[in-house]
Amino acid sequence: MKRPLLSLAIAALLLGGCAHSPQPLPLRGTGDLGVVVERATGTLQLIESSTRTSLARIDGLGDLSHASVVFSRDQRYAYVFGRDGGLTKVDLLLQKVEQRVIQAGNSIGGAISSDGSLIAVGNYEPGGVRVFDAQSLELIADIPATPLADGSANSRVVGVTDVPGRRFIYSLFDTGETWLLDFSQGNQPATTRFENIGKQPYDALLTPEGRYYIAGLFGEDGMALIDLWHPERGVTRILDGYGRGQQKLPVYKMPHLEGWTLAGDQAFVPAVGQHQVLVMDSSNWQQTGAIDVAGQPIFVMARPDARQIWVNFAHPDNHQVQVIDSETHEVIATLEPGPAVLHMEFTPRGDQLWLSVRDGGEIQVWDPYTLKKITSLPAESPSGIFFSSRAHATGL
Amino acid sequence: MAAAVGLLRSGTPGMAGANTASGQRCALILLVCLALLSPLLQAGPDEQRQRQLDNLLLQDCGSCHGLRMTGGLGPALTRQALADKPRDSLIATVAHGRPGTAMPGWNALLDEQDIAWLVDRLLQGYPRP
Repeated sequence: MKRPLLSLAIAALLLGGCAHSPQPLPLRGTGDLGVVVERATGTLQLIESSTRTSLARIDGLGDLSHASVVFSRDQRYAYVFGRDGGLTKVDLLLQKVEQRVIQAGNSIGGAISSDGSLIAVGNYEPGGVRVFDAQSLELIADIPATPLADGSANSRVVGVTDVPGRRFIYSLFDTGETWLLDFSQGNQPATTRFENIGKQPYDALLTPEGRYYIAGLFGEDGMALIDLWHPERGVTRILDGYGRGQQKLPVYKMPHLEGWTLAGDQAFVPAVGQHQVLVMDSSNWQQTGAIDVAGQPIFVMARPDARQIWVNFAHPDNHQVQVIDSETHEVIATLEPGPAVLHMEFTPRGDQLWLSVRDGGEIQVWDPYTLKKITSLPAESPSGIFFSSRAHATGL
Repeated sequence: MAAAVGLLRSGTPGMAGANTASGQRCALILLVCLALLSPLLQAGPDEQRQRQLDNLLLQDCGSCHGLRMTGGLGPALTRQALADKPRDSLIATVAHGRPGTAMPGWNALLDEQDIAWLVDRLLQGYPRP
């Protein structure tokens, strides 16, 4: 009993010595950790929600414009998808990059399989999906997307999401398709293609239990829904023509659907090119309302108790955040955290909301019950904030 | 206040000729007038505005075109990628957007000088090594 403990202690010392911290790192859990993407400098800040502090800065992650992050099921590793095609595995305990591969020329995001063994990355260049072993980052499968009509390239891929049963689903921006990759039988995936889902799917979401995949369309007003309990039923168009008759505004930033919201039997989603959050009945996916807000919504996120919906906005309204009552649909607060609020992330049980204020150079922690700011931490052009609790959520 | 200072500063370089030709007081009045008018006189964005535009280029254009302008949802905007593109058509694209793509028209938020300055930054090669 003594020896393993001793060798563990030595290993911890050795490993601790390799990390950025000069002191050996104490034993700890990772469930209250998260990372903040500092996109201009290509760095991550490691944050701890229990103390609302930053523990370390990790560098060498390349071009992190539009970076996103998923977590290993043991919540020790963060996988960071960078714009430059970099896939980086970061060790949250040792506070350092464990491994990094440049797997493509230009990528948009990715997902980790339900069993934690596979990482799928969606690429713009070359258009398609590449799937890697989560431990070694070795390439397991390369699935090029549909070639464009002129043969110059393959369609760009968006909205890569994990689906229960070792599957992934994603959409093709240029050719208007959704592909479902099934790795349940091994590392050679079976592919199901859904064609003509609509023009220019730009992002997608999965309902928390993993049943419905919904792709937002940029090229037309509507969304494409696939029931993954019944893929044979194909694609259903929902919110068809929601902006009809209204002048569509220039869209200075694509909305995100990942942080979308199911609150009870209601779904709240951003309207593209409108200053509105749309509301659907999630039992039949019919639109039930439209809430006027301060700008074009980017993230529309429910507080984990689903009682409030928090919304941030595209340029030039991105200094504001609005809070909507999920029952009455009234805007109950308009907050001004600072210039360029890019992203919001709740702690898993909703006691804190972290938000990134890019041009203010800080991350802020708010109490989403009192609507008061608790603290702020300096950061270099912060964008995405990701807590390790995502490890146990499907579709994040 | 900062904006007023910026305006004066941007007006100053254009004043060099007038300064030698007239008396000092006259020059001062002219300087102030021209400084106030400078946004209308195609003098280009002032320093403060340039900083804002620089940030816009990096962060907001960069969201689609990449922080290093190597492309994303939008095409690459590196010096090489723009080498054979006429300046005027680039200005028109930024001002009016490209229908059928995700590129919006920016003329609701930026004036002509802002847009020309941004295009020139890209043509010079952005980001600088």
